[in-house]
Amino acid sequence: MGEVIVITSGKGGVGKTTTTANIGTALALAGKKVVLVDTDIGLRNLDVVMGLENRIVYDLVDVVEGICRLKQALIRDKRIEGLYLLPAAQTKDKTAVSPEQMKGLCETLKEEFDYVLVDCPAGIEQGFKNAIAGADKAFIVTTPEVAAVRDADRIIGLLEATELYEPKLIINRIRADMVKRGDMMDIDDMIDILAIELLGVVPEDEKIVISTNKGEPAVYDPNSKAGQAYKNIARRIEGEEVPLMSLEVESGFMEKLKRFFGLRK
Amino acid sequence: MDIMKFFGREDSSSKEVAKERLRLLLVHDRANVSPRFLEMIKGELIKVISDYMEIEENEMDVKLTKTKLGKRNTPVPALIANIPIKRMKHIARV
Repeated sequence: MGEVIVITSGKGGVGKTTTTANIGTALALAGKKVVLVDTDIGLRNLDVVMGLENRIVYDLVDVVEGICRLKQALIRDKRIEGLYLLPAAQTKDKTAVSPEQMKGLCETLKEEFDYVLVDCPAGIEQGFKNAIAGADKAFIVTTPEVAAVRDADRIIGLLEATELYEPKLIINRIRADMVKRGDMMDIDDMIDILAIELLGVVPEDEKIVISTNKGEPAVYDPNSKAGQAYKNIARRIEGEEVPLMSLEVESGFMEKLKRFFGLRK
Repeated sequence: MDIMKFFGREDSSSKEVAKERLRLLLVHDRANVSPRFLEMIKGELIKVISDYMEIEENEMDVKLTKTKLGKRNTPVPALIANIPIKRMKHIARV
């Protein structure tokens, strides 16, 4: 029996889809059987981030409406053993699926897979309610910004109200250089404010843009720091103790000297 | 540019501003109190207090913050009212 994990955030654009794609790929690379479920009906993106957009025949709505069998809608990622995608419908809206139907779908999927990762849409309406309906656990993605952390706090409250306790936090797009000069909230600030357990910290990394351009999750790129951070998160999900990777950037004496003389901001 | 900046510390760093704004936002969000509701409370407070003292309404500050309660230090919202008094009215000295 597998585990259903919803990846949510409240605010849009913080990296839910990127996080889902990378954690899922990393878990599959570690030999697990994984399915990624895109619940953002009407605005699907996970297929594009995974580079599987040209292989969609059926989607999640077709499955719940009984137009096709579940197996027919699952897209197998040919790059790794054991990684599948269940795409969202693009032409319908969030009301095409009910929380009960999502619950049933998740129950079926977790009989077959070790991990069912549900990519949640932004917002707190129907799409959110669908996405969390069948979840056993929740991961909350946030970035070091006031609006994102505020929304994360709201999501934590809403999850508790639906008895999804102890969500874990993923801090995305952190910039060590900005944290260092006091222009970005650091990890401790956010944990202190949100009071939930930290699962991982993902540094801002331009390789994410490149990997999204190509449709290859960053975990395939051994030089991507974000990719490395996502692999660490996958290992923690598997129960391993992995220390947070160092976010240090070059900020030696010379850097400070340059900044002091106004050569760098 | 001062010496503190050289060591990478600034009092008015934007991070501190962000934290402070966030803290206040969350106090309101969690307590589910709107600014309009606070204005209402402020109006009622003025009405009651004005019977006993003359206050500086424009300088009055009513806001939500948080405090800790009980043995487990559970954080709870707290109402703070800072009301400058211009003069006590006669009735208060009775």
